[in-house]
Amino acid sequence: MSSFSVTEPTQRSKWIAGALVISYALITMIPLVWILLTGFKSPADAISYPPKVVFDPTLEGYVNLFTTRTRQTQEFLEANPPQNWADEIVRQYDMVIVGPSKFGERFMNSVIIGFGSTFLSIFLGTLAAYAFSRFKVPLKDDLLFFILSTRMMPPVAVAIPIFLMFRNLGLSDTHLGMILLYTGVNISLAVWLLKGFIDEIPREYEEAALIDGYTRFQAFYKVVLPQAATGIASTAIFCLIFAWNEYAFAVLLTSANAQTAPPFIPTIIGIGGLDWPAVAAGATIFLIPVMIFTILMRKHLLRGITFGAVRK
Amino acid sequence: MAQIVVKNVKKMFGDFTAVRESSFTIEDGEFFMLLGPSGCGKTTTLRMIAGLELPTSGEIYLDGEEISQRPPSERDIAFVFQMFALYPHMNVRKNISYPLISQGMPRAAVKAKVEEVAGILGITDILDSPVGGLSGGDRQRVALGRAIVREPKAFMMDEPLGALDAEFREHMAEELRALHDRMGATTVYVTHDQLEAMQMGDKIVVMNNAVIEQFGTPQEIYDKPATMFVADFIGSPSMNFLPFKGKVQPGSEAVRLNGHDEAVPRLMEGAEGDLVFGVRPEHVFLSDASGYRAKVLAAEYLGTTQIVTLQSPNGELKARVDARQMVSPGETVGLEFRSPTVTLFDQSTGRALRSTLNDEVLNDG
Repeated sequence: MSSFSVTEPTQRSKWIAGALVISYALITMIPLVWILLTGFKSPADAISYPPKVVFDPTLEGYVNLFTTRTRQTQEFLEANPPQNWADEIVRQYDMVIVGPSKFGERFMNSVIIGFGSTFLSIFLGTLAAYAFSRFKVPLKDDLLFFILSTRMMPPVAVAIPIFLMFRNLGLSDTHLGMILLYTGVNISLAVWLLKGFIDEIPREYEEAALIDGYTRFQAFYKVVLPQAATGIASTAIFCLIFAWNEYAFAVLLTSANAQTAPPFIPTIIGIGGLDWPAVAAGATIFLIPVMIFTILMRKHLLRGITFGAVRK
Repeated sequence: MAQIVVKNVKKMFGDFTAVRESSFTIEDGEFFMLLGPSGCGKTTTLRMIAGLELPTSGEIYLDGEEISQRPPSERDIAFVFQMFALYPHMNVRKNISYPLISQGMPRAAVKAKVEEVAGILGITDILDSPVGGLSGGDRQRVALGRAIVREPKAFMMDEPLGALDAEFREHMAEELRALHDRMGATTVYVTHDQLEAMQMGDKIVVMNNAVIEQFGTPQEIYDKPATMFVADFIGSPSMNFLPFKGKVQPGSEAVRLNGHDEAVPRLMEGAEGDLVFGVRPEHVFLSDASGYRAKVLAAEYLGTTQIVTLQSPNGELKARVDARQMVSPGETVGLEFRSPTVTLFDQSTGRALRSTLNDEVLNDG
């Protein structure tokens, strides 16, 4: 065995590569760790300078995030002892919990709108991509270009026309409106990505299914869809991340009813300014669904990104 | 099992004609070869019989029933693809049982049938493995299994050995032929490999440029080619073509080739102008007695025979002669042709002239 190999990296280059990857991972993780830690700090610790790395963890931020509170007189506080641990936390500021905050509702809006628009984008995108990939569509190239052209400017550029359209159609501040909007933005991405994936699936699989006695549609969902799962998963992640994180349209088009979490989180006001621990707690919880979704799809995602690079 | 009749079938893709009006009959139980160079329309023809393409015009009868416009699922025809097209997300067992599931066969019956087919093909031990890791031969067997499991009326095979390596091909070809003989199923097989076609087929259709050039048994096609294309495409090395100018009459039994009279099978039609004298290499003999002289250019040794390339007054030709015969490049030898096997062609149309040799075959086609 030779000591030098062209294909096998040397021990030293492995070390360097490892060190680079780890430092990059650390750098990208710092903001996330910061948010996670801030969520467990007291308001005073959160804004202390120099920043505290060691501190007494408290659930204050999370309690503040999920509740609305009001200041009470000493007599009232003495007459009504704290009901639970959350109550005890707010008592230190002479406050009592009067009810849940809007956060749960906003979070659910994000879930409904984010996953709803992702589902719709993938559903329509897969059908359209299949049609573009397999059938003779008149003006196919022009249509594909037209679909892509909707991505050639930032969506916010058309915010005002969309605002007016939504107002006239009664879609302002509705879940349906936001789902349609995010689907509209995502669908071009979905069609293009999925078309690439479906193009890679040999037609013979469907033809074999047709011969085996299945209809065209059965062949599509029994043979093509499982093959396209990789592409669907990675496309779904991209669509979800866009819809989940979208801020500008959410600010503009939603308020009392269909507001999503991104525009809500910064509005969490505490005593004497922004309640940073509550904001950080909101951000932490807000990260979780996308993280879980991505972890579930990770295997597909990795394959998806390298799909087509190597002939199987 | 069934007879397939293809009648005046034509296929256009836009302005491009993939198959011109073609007709032929595949008898029940025949192993039928569609042979031709790539792009000649043979695969399109096969796909039309299977229903993967619909003919632009014409009829296809399966067991007397007109099926040309029916979807493939209603034709009861199995198809083996060149790349096998095994469903990659299913294991071997599921792949083979898939056509049965579509028919709504009960689970237990499916299981029994799959086991039976796996037994025939010798793949019982891999039934539960995923198709991804299988060797080319095993994939081929699984693809065959999926085709034979539902006992269709006919099998379509699109170059099923094309994806296998040379060594394995031969083995698989024998296996295929043995399987066919055992089941007696009508099989239509597309290939561009003339050896494969000759070796396995009961009947061969030779196609070129969307047209059927000839239709017959391997012997007929080899010995009595209807066109210069067929003569050239079949056989390795292919038939020698010696062009000459001349005039032949019905009833004549010789042609004048560079001043020498060469006997030919008695002609039944006349022709004049640019003609071609066609003779297979194994029907060319080196003989000092002959006045028709040619110069030896090269000799390829093949074990029992050798291929001698010669320069004759009518152009280059090859002779397949005994390997023990001493031939050295540069020497001049006399040539004799086995006259009953000679075919004359009209250079302008490429068609064979009708003679006592090929009269019967040409009347068929």
